Amino acid sequence: MKAAAFAYARATSVVNALELLAVHGDKAKVLSGGQSLMPAMNLRLLSPEILVDIGGLAELRGIAMRGDVLVVGALTRHVDLLRSPEIALHAPLLRDAVSHVAHPAIRNRGTIGGSLAHADPASELPACVMALDATIVARGPTGERRIAATEFFKGIYETALSPDELLVAIEAPVTGQGSTFFFQEYARRHGDYAVVGLAARAVVAAGRFSDLRLGFFAVGDRPLLAAAAGKLINASVNPELLAEAATALTNELDPQEDQQATAAMRRHLATVLLRRCVAALLARPELATGVAK
Amino acid sequence: MSAPVSLSLLVNGEPIDAFVLPRLNLADFLRENLKLTGTHVGCEHGVCGACTVRIDGEIVRSCLMLAVQAHGASVETIEGVSDSGEIADLQAAFRERNALQCGYCTPGMLMTAQDLLKHSPVPDRQAIREHLSGNYCRCTGYQAIVDAVEATAKTRAERRT
Amino acid sequence: MTVTRAPAESLSVLDRPNSYIGKTVPRPNLDRLLQGRGQYVSDLELPRMAHVVFLRSPHAHAKIVAIDASAARRMSGVISIVTGRELETVITPWVGVLSHLKGLKSAPQHAIAVDRVCWQGEAVAAIVATSRAAAEDAMEHIAVDYEELAAVTDMRTALDPATPVIHASLGDNLAFERTLDAGDVDHALSESEVVEAEFVFGRHTGVTLEPRAVVADWNGAEARLTVYQGTQAPHMVQNIAALHLGLREAQVRVVCKDVGGSFGIKVHIYADEMATYALSKLLRRPVKFVADRIESFNTDIHARDHRCRGRIGVRPDGTITAFEIEDLTGIGPYSMYPRTSAIEANQVVNLVGGPYVTPNYRARARVVFQNKNVMCQYRAVGHPIACSVTEGLVDLAAAKIGMDPVEIRRRNLITDDAYPCASPSGMKFEQLSHHASLAKLLQMMDYDALRAEQAALRTRNIHRGIGIASFIEVTNPSAAFYGVGGAKISSQDGVAVRLDTQGSVICQTSITEQGQGSESLTAQIVGSVLGVSMDRVRVTLGDTDNTPYGGGTWASRGAGIGGEAALQAAKALRQNILDVAAAILQSTPAGLDIVDNRIVNADDGASRIELNELARIVYFRPDTLPPGIQPELMATRHFVPRQYPFAFTNGVQASWLEVDTETGFVTLLKHWVVEDCGTIINPQLVDEQIRGGVVQGLGAALFEKCIYDERGQLTNANMADYLVPMSGEMPDIDIGHVVSPTLESELGAKGAGEAGTAGAAAAVANAVNDALRPFGATITEIPLTPQVILTALGRI
Repeated sequence: MKAAAFAYARATSVVNALELLAVHGDKAKVLSGGQSLMPAMNLRLLSPEILVDIGGLAELRGIAMRGDVLVVGALTRHVDLLRSPEIALHAPLLRDAVSHVAHPAIRNRGTIGGSLAHADPASELPACVMALDATIVARGPTGERRIAATEFFKGIYETALSPDELLVAIEAPVTGQGSTFFFQEYARRHGDYAVVGLAARAVVAAGRFSDLRLGFFAVGDRPLLAAAAGKLINASVNPELLAEAATALTNELDPQEDQQATAAMRRHLATVLLRRCVAALLARPELATGVAK
Repeated sequence: MSAPVSLSLLVNGEPIDAFVLPRLNLADFLRENLKLTGTHVGCEHGVCGACTVRIDGEIVRSCLMLAVQAHGASVETIEGVSDSGEIADLQAAFRERNALQCGYCTPGMLMTAQDLLKHSPVPDRQAIREHLSGNYCRCTGYQAIVDAVEATAKTRAERRT
Repeated sequence: MTVTRAPAESLSVLDRPNSYIGKTVPRPNLDRLLQGRGQYVSDLELPRMAHVVFLRSPHAHAKIVAIDASAARRMSGVISIVTGRELETVITPWVGVLSHLKGLKSAPQHAIAVDRVCWQGEAVAAIVATSRAAAEDAMEHIAVDYEELAAVTDMRTALDPATPVIHASLGDNLAFERTLDAGDVDHALSESEVVEAEFVFGRHTGVTLEPRAVVADWNGAEARLTVYQGTQAPHMVQNIAALHLGLREAQVRVVCKDVGGSFGIKVHIYADEMATYALSKLLRRPVKFVADRIESFNTDIHARDHRCRGRIGVRPDGTITAFEIEDLTGIGPYSMYPRTSAIEANQVVNLVGGPYVTPNYRARARVVFQNKNVMCQYRAVGHPIACSVTEGLVDLAAAKIGMDPVEIRRRNLITDDAYPCASPSGMKFEQLSHHASLAKLLQMMDYDALRAEQAALRTRNIHRGIGIASFIEVTNPSAAFYGVGGAKISSQDGVAVRLDTQGSVICQTSITEQGQGSESLTAQIVGSVLGVSMDRVRVTLGDTDNTPYGGGTWASRGAGIGGEAALQAAKALRQNILDVAAAILQSTPAGLDIVDNRIVNADDGASRIELNELARIVYFRPDTLPPGIQPELMATRHFVPRQYPFAFTNGVQASWLEVDTETGFVTLLKHWVVEDCGTIINPQLVDEQIRGGVVQGLGAALFEKCIYDERGQLTNANMADYLVPMSGEMPDIDIGHVVSPTLESELGAKGAGEAGTAGAAAAVANAVNDALRPFGATITEIPLTPQVILTALGRI
């Protein structure tokens, strides 16, 4: 199990990386942390002609606040998200999610930009950036553009990025103290890809949601920001309403079947997550089991 | 284009200069070029943890990293941390507790356990199990390994106080 | 520790001052493995060594029409590309049958497929190159023209007339069938409540962390082949390699140093290993084959793919009146060589109902061919099937009559004073301890308190379950296992012990080490018997040139058989040493003893002469010895059990777990095992064998399954999709012991390697069903995935 031969270019700057991508087009793959790319190459599922290694571009690594926006560089590693005080303060959802991503040795190499650009529908961070209402910053030959996270994921391993573009940063609005977060996933073993997962951000006031963003993952070909959340906003949540939201959720899901779960099981687990999420965010444990299907 | 690339790095403190094909992964570089066969290859797709080494102080899967990506880095393997004595107490705990049978997972397990103890000096059993959850051992059933790591953590904590 | 009977009188040879027997001592030479200085076959490099990669069939069943390797041959680094037709001239095919398994049939199997492939993964061509990467590059440029044939994949229809026959010469797809009818099952069932269920077991595999690896080195000048291989049975490999390469055994040396896990995976002869031997002979240079992980999943033997319909009869008072099973298993296209693939089903028939007094037992087992990877013996062969079926039925019977699962076992387990006795399937039990073991287990787990906790949690909608599984375990196999069927697989083992010139001991044993502690137990026994400290005992294993002839380490035979050989060899050497000492010291052998590396007076313990001094005299100044003395400071002894075909052990396991009834996820909370393996040489090593075995069983219970599609494609042949148990999900496991030594050996040791795996899945399945009882759901299928559990609960 050895990777096929390829050429290797170590990018010296973002500009240099973009030049290399411009020259090689879709024959090139960007090497960031490599934690998804390398297994695929070792298995010869992917055999790019050239790897453009952006791993050394320090300008792309780091976490900073810019006004009300949390800016996370594309090369920021999972472990950085886990340990960052800024993340813990402003976007603890990312921290909570990362603790479910694979294992320590993988988290030391894997990057947030790599994870988002890879766009595995079962991975955690894409759903998180949707729940956080984040923006993806991409740079290409003609300059920089910003893509809403909700518009970024196009399908299994498909994004809005073009082959000559580089994902450089993620910007997440910081909503202040009012936000609460929920992250949970069902995986067979620690660190496995989720069977179904949910990353949520909410604003709760007087026992009601004034905002609720539910980012489900492993429920289709891309992460899903559930419209069903709308039913619970500015409403008095009771088991009946929750059941209604759950039904709406199952209708908007289009899950894949794989070796871990049928589509029906994914729909079912998504509704369990919905109930447990709402119960946790509203601190009303009775809602978790209140809606027996 | 896929010609050998020059590579300079530190391996267990020793400066190494080499020419390697870009496709050579770090595990194979260590094993085949440098004959550091203590880094084991179990799955070659990043799941089993047998090839765990340290790069600039942090553990990584050496099968999921190209040798050329380690350019300029400091790589430490089981041979290095054994010879330096850094994990002598952990190794002794593994021996006393029989926390290895065939020994094939052991170098990766030790590298990962030492990483935990560096970042979290007194982990509980669940934290140990979680940190080691990417390192496969078919022989022991893990309990002896968890015991050995827990015992080492306690001993080190006592030594600090 | 509970001792069921006094140890044999002759055990006194072990019960000496500073004895290591029964003590936890660290295994010798662990630092090598702890410091990354092991010598695994994967690590080995020899001068001029080439690497072989096998092009493997993508089809489950196909005719090979043509192979075009011309482009590949021209590629950089390629040394040779060899097809099955070409290799046939170097190595002969084989047929995996044994005469004592009456009716077992199989077809000739080649090292590389010649004109037809019979499973996805069967080798079609060998690419030998200067590196593995270069060989893989060339492999992509070999064009094979296949004509796909209908694949037989479902074992349930394999025998239907409409299903194609895989090997026309065999007439049908039935490899083996065995029936058994003991007592009067029909009568017993007619007077009982009858519970019936179909038990389904996922096909799984060993996933040794070091894949199978071999370096074959044919030295044409010596006309000798050296095989470096991670194997459990070096002498078997020697015999088979010689036989099929047309060599004498003396022309083959098998060397086995460190082995990265075995569990039965590495006790067989695989076609690609045979091909590697042959390629080395053909190319006259060392050739290395290391399976990669994908190849491991596709070619390492699989096991446990059974569907077993079981019935149990029970009376209202809890008396179990009968067991009946109908077992079906699919073993792939060939019976494995040389141990055959009928053993697992045969064991199922042997073992079902084994812990119980019930005399009425009827069984039928059928073993069918199919176009999937081969199945064969893997840790605890047949035991997990038999135990899950038996213990699942017992729990169903208990539920049927409203009896506690412990109580029904108390009423039916063979009593501890009933031995020797035999099972309805004819298994002879020397001494088991089911009741003592169960009592100990209940005390360890505090069964009543756990039941109370379970009831309290249920009121809060938390669903936990307790599962119990009693089991019997086959260990120390005699020639009844393989030898009587014609296989040249030794059931005896030999140990040679010699005192060196400095009073240390060099010990050569035919058992092998894969981490179980063979080296340790040998050193412990030899050191104890001789009166020499363990650090002065050096053990050599795994080299057919340098050890006595013997079976190796498999089927829990190392301690019981190899250990007894070590004991007898050490006794003989001890006598020889005392004879010399008596001559030197003008004493009598009976008046002397060896303690702490020196000769002492037997009566007052006074030191007389250091062993190193004795050795110096013997080796360098024999002229000073009295006339007529010819010292023999080396002794060799062999041992094989003769009285009992197998030394049965027994034990009982319990699982405590929680089921999230909304998600179907199971959390293992705790596991207990009480085991009786007779004399315990090293308690820690026994416990760790059991823990490791339990976790393999827990993997089977919850995670592991080779998933084939209907066309015979293995769809999860990687470690991301085939789920092995990892540390995060495994519970702590408490172990207790009852000790009933076998009287067949002076050592009294039985095996302990299968016990954990034998009963773990059964305990978990019973616990899950116990947790689900309020929901009226019963599951008799493993792995118990969330999908399976949610389906049983009717939630999806």
